[in-house]
Amino acid sequence: MMSVVTAGASPGPSLRKRLAARGLDGTTLLVLPGIVATLLLFVYPFLYGVVDSLAPKEGPWFTNYVKFFSEPFQYDTIFATLWLALPVTIINVLVAIPIAFRVRLMRRQRLLTTILVLPVTLGTVLVADGLLNYLGPRGWFNRSLMFLDLIDHPLRLTNNYWGVFASLVITGFPFAFLLTLSYVSGIDPAIEQAAATLGAKARQRFMRIFLPLLAPGLIVTFCLAFVQAFSVFPSAVLLGAPSGPTRVISIAAYQAAFEQYDHSMGAAIAIIMGLVQLVVILAVLSLRQVLYRGPAAGGKG
Amino acid sequence: MIRDNGLASRLWRFAIWAVVVLFVLNLLGVIIAVVVNSLSTRWLGTWLPAGWTSHWYVDAWREFQLTPVLIVTFEIVFAVVIISGLVGVTTAYALARRDFPGKRLMVLIFLLPLLLPPLTYGIPLATVLYRLGVGGTFWGVVLANLVPAIPFVVLVMIPFIEQIDPRIEQAARVFGASTTSLFVRILLPLLLPGMLAALLLVLVRTLAMFELTFLTAGPTSQTLVVSLYYAVFASGVRASQSIDAMAVVYMVTTLFWLIIALQFVNPTQIVARAKQQPANP
Repeated sequence: MMSVVTAGASPGPSLRKRLAARGLDGTTLLVLPGIVATLLLFVYPFLYGVVDSLAPKEGPWFTNYVKFFSEPFQYDTIFATLWLALPVTIINVLVAIPIAFRVRLMRRQRLLTTILVLPVTLGTVLVADGLLNYLGPRGWFNRSLMFLDLIDHPLRLTNNYWGVFASLVITGFPFAFLLTLSYVSGIDPAIEQAAATLGAKARQRFMRIFLPLLAPGLIVTFCLAFVQAFSVFPSAVLLGAPSGPTRVISIAAYQAAFEQYDHSMGAAIAIIMGLVQLVVILAVLSLRQVLYRGPAAGGKG
Repeated sequence: MIRDNGLASRLWRFAIWAVVVLFVLNLLGVIIAVVVNSLSTRWLGTWLPAGWTSHWYVDAWREFQLTPVLIVTFEIVFAVVIISGLVGVTTAYALARRDFPGKRLMVLIFLLPLLLPPLTYGIPLATVLYRLGVGGTFWGVVLANLVPAIPFVVLVMIPFIEQIDPRIEQAARVFGASTTSLFVRILLPLLLPGMLAALLLVLVRTLAMFELTFLTAGPTSQTLVVSLYYAVFASGVRASQSIDAMAVVYMVTTLFWLIIALQFVNPTQIVARAKQQPANP
């Protein structure tokens, strides 16, 4: 009784307790190493880059950006990158959906998924090296097509747009597929069974049940796959025509920063690159608002 | 399982499997072409090379100085794994267990490095590192690779930690466990599978991470993938078989860790962070 009175008479809970009530205590401090590391290694350099890009070698603060947008040699890299990244991403995501729906029914997904993980982890450099040989005029691909009498002359598939395209499909499709598969298998099969019981055909089940439930996941898949395709760099150099049609924006940024030693211009192009990518992602995300309103989670209880 | 057996849906199924088979065939074609070329004496315009040899591996090992490159690669990768593991797991623990003002912003900051192309933040980061005199050194490469590695560990570990019932920790406290013994005897054993999975994935990702190492590495701090890039870039200088032998060495290194990682994780988890096991196994 006495203690209750003294507790009530005190001016209120201690600062420590008030902080704990808001979720701040010793355990919360464990975020410090992670957040400090990220602030120092990511946020600070990034802001430094923004400031750096506004401090050109000569001229007023916006010189780098004006320079970039006034030279077709530079600003065309945006379109070259989009022209690669957008078709590849759309194809990868669209093809991944039906395959994920098939594979979901398989008992033994592991082998197939393992084969498909390979190119993601092998990385773009190795895939580029392999494709140079495989897609080359005397490689197995052209040889097989000629053997099957589909073509007379070897197709030119390396050191141009299609080489980079192939490498983005090989490394990007598995990624899109695995992501889609994990979203598809997150949907409760009972929902589909219920719809089938009520007489819905496969197409109706897909359009009216799966697609709305999958929409948020597909949007995320599209964005992540796009980020990967948009940052294409080594394969555009090795497999493409880095001074021609596959002069992507990352090549422009690299050349400015490390070949012409103009770190200010390099930072400016890197930031333009990030912005263009963000614009596409925001556009896709706003599409989601139009297509789908409702809980973002899958239909799993 | 529901199955339609009309002609159209049979054709549709066939088309889907045909695409999968074509994709896998081409993928295996790319990989096997590299392996075959690395073992061939001379391979020009035929289905298979004229003869077989393994001397390109000896050559590649000498030409590309693979011993020091491999040592540096593993030093860098393990440094990244250990540091991102320590920092990432503690951060993930706090984010999973506590709700505090500013938490959403913090999670956003951890998401950004995974959403931006490595070159976008890599170029300013490399500039800063070179200005500080760390660029081109071993630690410069490690620091650059930590940028995506720490958020990756954090985001993979949060759901792992969330699924551990906090009452287990409370019970241990009630029985008088100190923070150290709570951590060593309760949390660590429960978190170990998740940590192994996350760290193996960081290992595989860092082995394959080209851009950040490329931007920050000096002559003595190149990883295998960057050396491979320079070799392919300057192809014509060296025999293609020798380059492909190096590519096979790289592939085997990555595959070894990938196969170990696959013992602990479902492949779909590699890309889909924060996703629980599907309800239907």
